[in-house]
Amino acid sequence: MARVVVDVMLKPEILDPQGQAVQRALPRLGFEGIADVRQGKRFELEVEGPVDEAALARIHQAAETFLANTVIEDFVVRVEEGQ
Amino acid sequence: MTARVGVVTFPGSLDDRDALRAVKLAGAEPVALWHRDTDLHQVDAVVLPGGFSYGDYLRAGAISRFSPVMETIIEQAKAGMPVLGICNGFQVLTESHLLPGAMLRNNHLHFVCKDQKLRVENNTTAWTSDYAQGQEIMIPLKNMDGRFTADRRTIDELEAEGRVVFRYLDGNPNGSIDDIAGITNAAGNVVGLMPHPEHAVEPLIGTGGTDGTGFFTSIIKRLVNA
Repeated sequence: MARVVVDVMLKPEILDPQGQAVQRALPRLGFEGIADVRQGKRFELEVEGPVDEAALARIHQAAETFLANTVIEDFVVRVEEGQ
Repeated sequence: MTARVGVVTFPGSLDDRDALRAVKLAGAEPVALWHRDTDLHQVDAVVLPGGFSYGDYLRAGAISRFSPVMETIIEQAKAGMPVLGICNGFQVLTESHLLPGAMLRNNHLHFVCKDQKLRVENNTTAWTSDYAQGQEIMIPLKNMDGRFTADRRTIDELEAEGRVVFRYLDGNPNGSIDDIAGITNAAGNVVGLMPHPEHAVEPLIGTGGTDGTGFFTSIIKRLVNA
């Protein structure tokens, strides 16, 4: 089965307090030099059958209408190679 | 004529019983609706209650938006049926695109539970006609994802058209843009807000006041006069 990954991130202009909290914690743990952190979501979809253009178009539609809220989030769909 | 006001129960709804009770106290006939219903049982208006529908697992309101009952509600709301979304219900309305914008995690990342002062900025909607323009009311607020946001163009449009219905007073509890607590669609039949009017309808519970009753008496007047 092929895996398609959908990465969903808050749009750059949207404040991400969760990412900020992570960023603030890093130096306390000794991880210096991280200027910014943005937290997002990753969906791994195990696809039955071939991942052709039609299948990718369906997944793109699912991402746009459901997995991401495009008012506040951007998404990227990609096929994971080497399965 | 008695107005029939439906309240939807999704898996994970918390305030559906309180909303049904508020409808009854105001003098309308409360009708329990189930998330799997495709038929709205001849209700004249619908309340989407607070809670964590479908666990809010994807985003608040994102999964409920595709439930069978919502398909019918979205269609009817576009045709003019009054819909009130409270807290999680507001989140469902933005996810349904019946209202613009989106809801995000509170900017301080804490759950908020407090009595919140609001200003009624628009008393011409289906759900706010029993308030005075500019009236200050006290309503409980309890949520994790209450930070209303939209792009600047949308906000400017909402402000210009008087579609900001409620604004937070005495401090912004969640980082929402322009202190916005609630908005309406262009027609004024769909209203969403984060605070909970159904918890402020009896002196014994909630704020100890009845500032929330006006939502439910407003809709009755609207429906009976329709």
